[in-house]
Amino acid sequence: MPIASIELVEKILAGETHSIARLISRAEAGSQECREAMAKLYKHSGKTHIIGVTGVPGSGKSTLMKSLAEGFRHEGHKVGIIAVDPSSPFSGGAILGDRIRMNELTADTGIFIRSMATRGALGGLARATLDAVDVLDAAGFDVVFIETVGVGQDEVDIVQAAHTTMVVSAPGLGDEIQAIKAGVLEIADIHTVSKCDRADANKTITDLKQMLMLGLEHSEPKKWPVPVIGSSAHTGEGVDTLIKTINQHYQYLNDSGEIAAKCETIARNRIIKYTENILYKQFTERCNELFQEVITRVTNREEDPHSAAETLLTTFK
Amino acid sequence: MSETQSRTRVLIAKVGLDGHDRGVKIVARCLRDAGMDVIYTGLHRTPEEVVTAAVQEDVDVIGISILSGAHMTIFPRVLELLKEAGADDILLLGGGVMADEDVVTLKEMGVAEIMLQDTPPEAIVKTVNDLVTQRGER
Repeated sequence: MPIASIELVEKILAGETHSIARLISRAEAGSQECREAMAKLYKHSGKTHIIGVTGVPGSGKSTLMKSLAEGFRHEGHKVGIIAVDPSSPFSGGAILGDRIRMNELTADTGIFIRSMATRGALGGLARATLDAVDVLDAAGFDVVFIETVGVGQDEVDIVQAAHTTMVVSAPGLGDEIQAIKAGVLEIADIHTVSKCDRADANKTITDLKQMLMLGLEHSEPKKWPVPVIGSSAHTGEGVDTLIKTINQHYQYLNDSGEIAAKCETIARNRIIKYTENILYKQFTERCNELFQEVITRVTNREEDPHSAAETLLTTFK
Repeated sequence: MSETQSRTRVLIAKVGLDGHDRGVKIVARCLRDAGMDVIYTGLHRTPEEVVTAAVQEDVDVIGISILSGAHMTIFPRVLELLKEAGADDILLLGGGVMADEDVVTLKEMGVAEIMLQDTPPEAIVKTVNDLVTQRGER
């Protein structure tokens, strides 16, 4: 007989690993049974500094995360890591390989690493990513890193999930025009160029710095000037500076009061996502038959997609 | 749109001094294609690392591939650590090249199943699914 989720709450508040891991699984499966426990834990959360780490596949997010986690441990913090990797759009299965870069961290009981598959969610995160953060937050983890999937140009959900967003760029990918495009590069509170032991890293650092100096928003001096920091997990260069800067950013958010706006953004985004999920579920349950009909009509060009959506919604109401 | 259902989670590892990972990657890929979440932890893991990771990841199954001949040392150690961690509801599966009598001994010790080098991928998927169904919810 499986243990009831509500009975895990006390153990989670005491920081017990098994219970943390089990409740995250249940939240991830979208189980109704764990809702009460999650609601209870949510009231104990809100103390953790949530740090988002994003960047293109292979930019070195996981490797850098290992160095950062070690650094934060050194300062005496308990560190949680949620590492998101993509699910297959065909089978729904996933290979979660971020742990490979962080194996040395496993021996430290003050670090909890969890791999998570996107399971069809777009935007670079998994649906239950922030549920997992709540659990770790309530369990007393001072810092939680969220590592997004390797992103392209437009997966920017992380900015509505984290207090501090760090964008990792690798040297040698694209010219300065890539740097002035909209999307992922705009969302950084901190930029880092990984693998800066490589000769072409300086060019990437320069491109990013120049990108940050262009544009209308710079007619006024910025309250938090976004830094570009070279880092190398290989040589250790820049890692201390990154940790210092991450802490400074959190300090800045608290001093300026911007943290309140950030937390509100996170809350709003979460409510919207849950509403979407609930609506979608009810919608597919209630309108499935008509849905199939209009799919056929739209495919055969008997009806346009927009009118079909309106027909469906009228029925749904 | 996101789905809401529970998926079988499997942790796959190579333990000890054994660099032959072609087979284990094929197994990981087959389980992925069967719709499972597969956590691959790479080469040269220790039993301690495997068990800690498995608990944090709350996996249903640990799959360990050994082609080095160290299976009679490594599997008992992993079983022991799982018990110590209170995580013996995690199923331990082995794969690799082993003598038939070792397979019998290991299964007596508590390894849920050993799949040798000639096991077809479909059989591996079926074994994992069957064992997880048998164990039931936890």
